[in-house]
Amino acid sequence: MSVLIYAENADGKFKKSIFEAVSYARAIADQNNTNLVAVSIGDVSAGELALLAKYGADKILNVANAQLKNFVNQAYASVIAEAAKKQDANIVVLSNSFSGRGLAPRIAVKLEAAVVDGAVALPDVAGGKFTVKKTAFSGKAFAIVELTSANKVIALIPNSYKVVEANKTAQIEDFSVETKTSDFKAMLKEIVRSTDKISLPDAEIVVSGGRGLKGPENWGMVEELAGLLGAATACSKPVSDSGWRPHSEHVGQTGIAVSPNLYIAIGISGAIQHLAGVSSSKVIVVINKDPEAPFFKVADYGIVGDAFEVVPQLIAAIKEYKASA
Amino acid sequence: MKVLVCISNVPDTTTKITFTDNNTQFNTNGVQFILNPYDEIALSRAIELTEGGKGTVTVINVGEANTEATIRKALAIGADDAVRINAKPHDAWFVAFQIWQYINANPFDLILTGRESIDYNGSKVAGMLGELLDLPSVSIIKKLDIDGNNAIVEREIEGGKEILTIPLPFVAGTAEGVAEPKIPNMRGIMSARTKPLAVIEAVEIKTSSEIISYETPAPRGQVKLVAADKVSELVELLHTEAKII
Repeated sequence: MSVLIYAENADGKFKKSIFEAVSYARAIADQNNTNLVAVSIGDVSAGELALLAKYGADKILNVANAQLKNFVNQAYASVIAEAAKKQDANIVVLSNSFSGRGLAPRIAVKLEAAVVDGAVALPDVAGGKFTVKKTAFSGKAFAIVELTSANKVIALIPNSYKVVEANKTAQIEDFSVETKTSDFKAMLKEIVRSTDKISLPDAEIVVSGGRGLKGPENWGMVEELAGLLGAATACSKPVSDSGWRPHSEHVGQTGIAVSPNLYIAIGISGAIQHLAGVSSSKVIVVINKDPEAPFFKVADYGIVGDAFEVVPQLIAAIKEYKASA
Repeated sequence: MKVLVCISNVPDTTTKITFTDNNTQFNTNGVQFILNPYDEIALSRAIELTEGGKGTVTVINVGEANTEATIRKALAIGADDAVRINAKPHDAWFVAFQIWQYINANPFDLILTGRESIDYNGSKVAGMLGELLDLPSVSIIKKLDIDGNNAIVEREIEGGKEILTIPLPFVAGTAEGVAEPKIPNMRGIMSARTKPLAVIEAVEIKTSSEIISYETPAPRGQVKLVAADKVSELVELLHTEAKII
């Protein structure tokens, strides 16, 4: 018996969300008094792979097959399920990333495992049960799901579990699997990255704008503030529906749910659908000229004022703070 | 081209979520149920791709009789026919298994789901169907075009996108950007009443996941207001009190 973590890389590097998932999987292995095996697929350096041991892996499987350099959902699912079988792993952990969400259900079917995605906390194993807390109703609630199968697959939401250094020593083993042609029907043509920006699901700070900003031409100050804070930019649904900002920035019930350390909402009134997507943020700051805006009811800090006056002052104040720090 | 769109019946996005029976049951009292918004996008794109005699769109739902209003809405939007598998949608595996059984007897060229349902936020049915059918599956797509026997698909990734070509048939979960949701017109609403809606019985299977209770997010304390002319105080609070910056 062991626990397997799939350590997804982005251009050969592991993101913080992966170290969170490794730390989480380490804790599950400890709950079960067993080993944690990490599997990495693609082109990742030995130095980078060694970081997986730092956060808790006892063994690292490296799949460096050229055919598997880029993500192919079906083929990656086959490799991870095969690794789980070979390592006698009964719990597979993934990050609830865009790719992780595609892999988890396929791996679950292959391993006849129950699967929970959107997990936000360690499994509760008291009384012989195995339950996992997950987001439900798009952030408006949590569901406690009991998994009763022998094998289990869990996908952990980024920024919901703290990175913990375990400083294990682990061997890096090359792991090869026979691949099937039918696993490679989907062909990757191109990867388009907006390299200058921090991606919204990974961001620890998010600066978000709403209709109160009046038009796309006024996003300069949102971007400037985000740049200063190392934050991602986001928006409300009316803003993306109007084409002021891309859909990928839409935070809310029918967009992306985020759980950053700090969410700054500028000119967003706080419709229930938007609040659902930000309720897991650790600290919420609201800037709105309407003191009755519903967003103030769920905010930690607020400024009642015109965004066009407040945001430039906030930018100046942060510059000053940074200069003095 | 035959397209299958898998749809769910979910609480309206404006619903305030509450629970009963010691937080073990979702309180449906007074809740308006709607066609899952992401499924609406899938359906709208399926209709665009098959318009003008280029194909047909079937919608399928695993649900009890109370989901029929939502199924009729999908027919009003423009699906050609509908199937309801008569069972409570216990979990993603149960739903995927039932739909798989149907597809085995009735093959399709393209199978679409929404990227997730807005109630339990799983995005598992598309991947499970892909695995059961041994077909490619793409979890969250932003764009879908068909060129002969291939599709060109844009998949969202953190900080960018991937462009893929995938031979038909395959399974995909659609997100915003794939299509604008279509609004039913009067002709659609009238014809929806007479379009075929087949009800078939579910296959009994063993499931291994169960929601045993719910929690609501912890309420936040009172908001701390900073005067609009003293913005630097906010920076100070974020540094010393919240310890965020």
